[in-house]
Amino acid sequence: MVNTLVTPSGGRVLFGGEDVTLLKQSQLRRRVGYVFQGIGLFPHFTVGENIAIGPRLAGEKLSANRIAELLALVELEPNIASRMPDALSGGQRQRVGVARALAGDPELLIMDEPFGALDPITRDALGNKVRELHEKLGLTTIMVTHDMAEALLLADRVLVMSHGDLVADHTPHELLAREGGEIAQGLVAVPRQQAERLAMMEKSGAQMSDQP
Amino acid sequence: MNEIWSILLGLGDKFAAHIVLSASAIGLGMLVALPLAVWASRSPTIARFALGFASLVQTIPALALLALFFPILLSLRVVFGEDLPTLGFLPALLALALYALLPILRNAVTAQANLDPGVLEAADGVGMTKWQKLALVEAPLSAPFVMAGIRTASVWTIGAATLATTIGQPSLGDPIFAGLQTQNWALVLAGCIASAGLALVVDALLGLVERGFANRNRWQYGAGIAVVALGVMGALAYQSGGDDDDTIIIASKQFSEQYILAQLIGSRLEAAGYSVEYRDGLGSAVVHSAVASSSIDISVDYTGTIWTNELERTDNPGREVMYDTIVEWERANTGVRVLGRLGFENAYAFAMREDRAAELGVTSLEQLVRFSPDLTVGGDPEFFERPEWIAVRDAYGMRFGETRNFSPTFMYNALRSGEADVISAYTSDGRIAADRLVVLEDPRGALPSYDAMLMMSPRIADDEGIARALQPLIGAISVDAMREANFAVDREGEGKLSPADAAADLAQKIGL
Repeated sequence: MVNTLVTPSGGRVLFGGEDVTLLKQSQLRRRVGYVFQGIGLFPHFTVGENIAIGPRLAGEKLSANRIAELLALVELEPNIASRMPDALSGGQRQRVGVARALAGDPELLIMDEPFGALDPITRDALGNKVRELHEKLGLTTIMVTHDMAEALLLADRVLVMSHGDLVADHTPHELLAREGGEIAQGLVAVPRQQAERLAMMEKSGAQMSDQP
Repeated sequence: MNEIWSILLGLGDKFAAHIVLSASAIGLGMLVALPLAVWASRSPTIARFALGFASLVQTIPALALLALFFPILLSLRVVFGEDLPTLGFLPALLALALYALLPILRNAVTAQANLDPGVLEAADGVGMTKWQKLALVEAPLSAPFVMAGIRTASVWTIGAATLATTIGQPSLGDPIFAGLQTQNWALVLAGCIASAGLALVVDALLGLVERGFANRNRWQYGAGIAVVALGVMGALAYQSGGDDDDTIIIASKQFSEQYILAQLIGSRLEAAGYSVEYRDGLGSAVVHSAVASSSIDISVDYTGTIWTNELERTDNPGREVMYDTIVEWERANTGVRVLGRLGFENAYAFAMREDRAAELGVTSLEQLVRFSPDLTVGGDPEFFERPEWIAVRDAYGMRFGETRNFSPTFMYNALRSGEADVISAYTSDGRIAADRLVVLEDPRGALPSYDAMLMMSPRIADDEGIARALQPLIGAISVDAMREANFAVDREGEGKLSPADAAADLAQKIGL
């Protein structure tokens, strides 16, 4: 809705104080980096061309150095720029997706379930990487996720939506301190119980191994 | 084999015309189909409508679609004026372009529908405008599939373009149709080899372009497109070499007699210093309109044909009155000049094998009636739609067990092989005597007379030079002389002549 891929049925979205529906769509989208589960790398462009597409649409050419820099941000080798997307692994592709979203020096990064299709290890590493870039580049980031653990670990502020309504708006600390109401706590309970069970298993496993 | 080679080498102008026609039709088809496909991908209603229309067109036989454009263009003259061509290149182009629509449209729409939604979302997400999305993402990703559609359309169009012959557009169908009628298989084969060869080459070249798009290999698709473009330009250059407004265009319908007479007329005119061009194998129905509209200049038509088709008369006032009425009618209504009668009749007549007629004891249509429910009648493709057949049917109460359509040549073969018991033969046909057929009498005068007449288009009606050159043909050709010439072309094996050679023999025989 922020980048008007979906039109609001009511209310307004302000971006830098301006109503997004009144801004020129293509220009608005170039100011917003967008990463989503489908990744959507253009299969007929090289990785480098994919990263450079946003600036290209704005009429500027991205230098090879800048592309290498963006690849380095997401921990990819610069020589990957000349490869085609179908030669990459899922994790590499999503890293390129993030690099593409950052290429236009966006004011805002929107991540719509960005890591949903990735394996847990890649997912964790990329999550941390994005949080790191968020700090380093001073970004505003909106991330949509179904995974409360991910939200609690990465975000500064967590908003819980249920059937189209906002039901909670708290920091992770507040949520872990049992604030935010029933629905939010239902979501927080899942990772908490998982963590407790894992801790129990570890303990009992340790006890068992203590037996001679 | 040598014969086929020499025919192939002589097909240069037909080949060029075929290439120019096919390329124009595919080009026009793309020009319409591609924007339509883009529109269809944005609107399901348009997609349904466009694909439905293209599929509907596809169900019309190509031959009928080509013929249909004649009346359509004729009625459009109200809007575009009398100069709008109704035969030849324009109707062939329009019909073939319509035919090319479906494969291009369907592949393009399917390609668009199957694009990865993630990629399209990304295109919007990075801020592409609609046009940028089309040019940078949708078009390149759809290109290999669209190209496959263009490839299919090209092969179809090159094949169907052979049918353009029937509406007076020169193509590789000319030798095929002429060969079929005169049973000159070398001619048929040469035409088929040339058009099939062309289709294969084009298919291979466009296949290269398709792979080039799929592999994103600029050299591959560049080379393919370049060779195709060079071929089309070469054909265009070849064609524009010999165009001449003073050329007299001589038409012939799809049977041997017409080919022979066209050659006879052509050689007379060439001897008198005119340049001539032949439009062979025209559909019988379009010839009169073509002469009347000066799309062609000279034809040989028959009184009975004009009487029923153009004057829309069903009565039979007798041979002389019929002729005089037609001459006057043409002068007053179409501006066509009837130079005169050639001297022989080519009427419809019912013929049977001698042994079969003797077995049934039949010599006239009257006697045939009571056997007709057990008999199979064969006729040329138009016969059973013609008023002559209806007149005979109604005058005698004829009810044949089965009616079958044959091309004129195969009609006689069918009689010989017993696949037909009676056929609608032509009285000037050499095969009547050669096959020793019995022509059944028509005591009730249901069948009108069919005097062969020389018709001149309004464009050349006042050209006395042409009239003088052709005057010696008037009243000069007896039915025996015509039969002999026809048989020389229609027969197989020893003594078979080309229409041009038969025309030369005929000229000698009648003392020219």
